[in-house]
Amino acid sequence: MNHVGPRLLKWLRGGERPQPCAAQPSAVSRSSRHSTGLAEFTRLLSTRENASVLDLGPTSSANISFLTGFGGRVCNEDIVHASREARYMTKQEDGSLALDTQRFFSENLGQPAQQFDAVLCWDVADYLIEPLVKPMVERLQHLLKPKGVLLAFFHTNEAGPEHAPARYHIISGEFLDLEPRHDLRRQRVFNNRHVENLFKGYSSLKFFLARDHVREVLAIR
Amino acid sequence: MWKRPEDKPHTATPASQPGAGATTAAATPVRESRPLEMTKTGESSRHDVAAHIGKSVLVKGELSGSEDLYLDGEVEGVIELRDHSLVIGPNGRIRASISAREVVIHGRVEGNVNASERAELKKSCVLIGDVSTQRIVIEDGAFFKGSVDLKKDSKGDVRKPVPASGQPAVNSGASAAPQSSLLEH
Repeated sequence: MNHVGPRLLKWLRGGERPQPCAAQPSAVSRSSRHSTGLAEFTRLLSTRENASVLDLGPTSSANISFLTGFGGRVCNEDIVHASREARYMTKQEDGSLALDTQRFFSENLGQPAQQFDAVLCWDVADYLIEPLVKPMVERLQHLLKPKGVLLAFFHTNEAGPEHAPARYHIISGEFLDLEPRHDLRRQRVFNNRHVENLFKGYSSLKFFLARDHVREVLAIR
Repeated sequence: MWKRPEDKPHTATPASQPGAGATTAAATPVRESRPLEMTKTGESSRHDVAAHIGKSVLVKGELSGSEDLYLDGEVEGVIELRDHSLVIGPNGRIRASISAREVVIHGRVEGNVNASERAELKKSCVLIGDVSTQRIVIEDGAFFKGSVDLKKDSKGDVRKPVPASGQPAVNSGASAAPQSSLLEH
């Protein structure tokens, strides 16, 4: 209580927004949404036996629970989190820091080729720094089995509350629970052409534009 | 003159356990593993508790045993407990492959975990490695990089995917505790 009082007073004077306790923001603003892309992803996954899936989002027990239901392995790699680790940063000649992509990919997404039936990429590409996006998509293509499926989300608008970064938890085969994250900043907005270029090595692409301005992309290797 | 603490009957409060506030203990029949407090109590209760390796201990090589173990130190190598449970405390720093009946992780583990019955990743846990088990519990906030391989249990029960309604619903209430979800197959 002692540490809350002065903060609250400061906020009332307009000096600072009160810092909610860690669990409150997610408790208040957690939301759910329908996902046509996920429905299609689930349908395709269910046709494969013992499907193994790579999830690139933060660890989610709901996702692991759902995905292991298909009988195979689930692999987790929070790629955005990894990309922010200081050990991948190297000092440039001008003194600035840049991510060592070679080192990054030597320690991430290093599984053998054609390991996975499906990849859940979520909106990782929106938050990943530029030099990692294209190599990541190529690496994922390498990791997918033939006819393997990848689901990615891209926000179509620059700002707005519905575009707050979120962790995605699968509620069912077509519904997602969105838990807000407060530690990410969007790097860019992809348009259709960008997305098509990004996945040009894949055999087919399907776009689903959701009501909340999220472009859901289903790519088949 | 003073009432000695060891004379009190041992009741470990939830607050005394790391991360206990966030677990759904009622829903998960967790086997009692709270040696941290117990080892500080009287000699009479020591026989009932797990072995305890403190945070200043560094073990290099193979660590094997036939009793439950609470590990809060550093281990590099292999940990083999077979039919017993292993709790890695919040100070635990493990670079080893782990094999036990039940593994609960609060600290940091780099290595594969083979828990024949159950694995539990607490919210403070960092696990880099593959998990092979029958049941897994992951608290929100746990960091996990690796794969999960859920095995069928030895009784031959077929795993079922958790139905949609079994997942935690959208949390619209003001619950302050982070949700932990159970993957009971």
